[in-house]
Amino acid sequence: MTEMIVTNNISKKFGELTAVDRLNISIPQGEVFGLLGPNGAGKTTTLRMLTSLIAPTSGEASVAGYKVGTDDYEIRKNVGILTESPGMYDRLSAERNLAFFASLYEVEDPDTQIKKYLQMLGLWQRRREEVGTFSKGMKQKLAIARALLHEPRVLLLDEPTSGLDPVAAKMVRDFISELKEEGRTIMICTHNLDEADRLCDRVAVFQTELLALDTPANLRRQLYERSVVFHLSDAKETYAESIRKYDFVRSCQVLDNKLVISLPDPEERNPELVNLLVKQGAEIQFIGEIRHSLEDVYLHLINNNIKEEINE
Amino acid sequence: MNKSWQVTLKEWREVFKNKMVLYVIVFMPILFILIPLITLYQMSGSGALSEMAGSADQIPAEMVSMCEGLSGAACAQYLVVIQFLLLFLIMPVMIPATIASYSIVGEKSTKTLEPLLATPITTIELLLGKSMAAVIPAVTVTWISFVAFIVGTIIILGNTDLVTLILSPMWLLLIFGVAPLLSVFGVSAAVMISTRVNDPRVAEQIPSLVIIPLIGLFMAQTFGLIQMNLSVTIWIALILLVIDIVMLYIATQLFQREKILTKWK
Repeated sequence: MTEMIVTNNISKKFGELTAVDRLNISIPQGEVFGLLGPNGAGKTTTLRMLTSLIAPTSGEASVAGYKVGTDDYEIRKNVGILTESPGMYDRLSAERNLAFFASLYEVEDPDTQIKKYLQMLGLWQRRREEVGTFSKGMKQKLAIARALLHEPRVLLLDEPTSGLDPVAAKMVRDFISELKEEGRTIMICTHNLDEADRLCDRVAVFQTELLALDTPANLRRQLYERSVVFHLSDAKETYAESIRKYDFVRSCQVLDNKLVISLPDPEERNPELVNLLVKQGAEIQFIGEIRHSLEDVYLHLINNNIKEEINE
Repeated sequence: MNKSWQVTLKEWREVFKNKMVLYVIVFMPILFILIPLITLYQMSGSGALSEMAGSADQIPAEMVSMCEGLSGAACAQYLVVIQFLLLFLIMPVMIPATIASYSIVGEKSTKTLEPLLATPITTIELLLGKSMAAVIPAVTVTWISFVAFIVGTIIILGNTDLVTLILSPMWLLLIFGVAPLLSVFGVSAAVMISTRVNDPRVAEQIPSLVIIPLIGLFMAQTFGLIQMNLSVTIWIALILLVIDIVMLYIATQLFQREKILTKWK
């Protein structure tokens, strides 16, 4: 599979301050990749390096097959960027804003492209109004349209749903999913971990340096044991004691009318546990898995990193 | 060039909606035309110009030599008029400095610069576009104002000999050659300063200081320290051309994407 974004030990220093430290990522075509990290983690600096707006202090990177630092013009032509702030011209209409950027991106049929994206993002009816009269959400959608005008193969989105109401945020998320279906490679910087969980094929937790990189599901597995919860009509300690006798069970606790059981492979072991409980006369109401959120993973990684820094 | 022109058009569509900029572009030329014309009208009506002509023997010989064969009264009128012509060299500095300052610092404050810099536009194309957006209206307004002033002078003084002298190669070079060069100077200075400050007013005021040497030049001429003629004007134009090239080069070098994005707050 073609790798659309590759960074090889890229670092960025501003004087004594290291903003990005030896970042290694490789993103194949068609992947939605999330870059997660707290404020000041270096996410925006990374995006800026990948759009050739700032140069890495060391290391190498390529975007859409073009090398950062040497093919900057080509990179800018093939990458669409949504910056942290929408950055639209308030005194120009939505249509004029897009027409201006279309001319800079050398879009062949600007009118068609402008109409296409304004319609897709629900702004066509207001195309002639000054952007200064738009809500933050509308400006954000317009900025997304701008990032797509030249049909870039790679999209770098910095906080795409920031400041949007739930309906608009969902619209943008659905739109990103559509763009993924079209085979575009998308890198998203976000604080919205639920959004990253839903949208991203893989995520990188990042705080100046890479802390973890994998699919959200794998990150959960790496950090947390899997736990199932049996809701019973009457949970007794005796049930827990008999369950603890199994070697594969790591722990079992009674909480109200629930049995919370930690085990490595619930899909394989659950039938055995169900049989045991039924034989002992337990009435099982339903069974579920305790699912750790990406937020749990993120906080775990970031807090550990902060503790390590303090210890050092 | 097309991208630069697109930047110019965008600037005009945006900057001219800024009332501050619009006031400078509209009211400054109106004032610069009306004040001298009203003064000339009052002087001609009150007989002040005739009095000056009567005491022509007291005017320094260097200044009289500038009249090139005009009669005493006409010479006095000419000497008054050329003092006002200085205004038409101030205008091409002030107007573009205002436009360029708002155009660049304005991009900072509205955070529109990053998406712009992320497009495939070169720094030269971007600065050329912004410079054209500032220089073209400034020079156009200066030329229109100059023509309006000449027409007004003819109407008030009714002296075509005087107009012939004002339309001499020296004055034509000053208005149609030196004025655009001063305009480019004002823009380059505004670009350079804009990359270092966050307040458009600062970026606007510092280039305006260029009018001090301009006033000095005319004072030196008034007191007979130098004598303005075609060859001096050609030298001024050439020196300004060199300064403009150096200033444009420095402005381009200072306008670094990385510094702008990481240092501008």
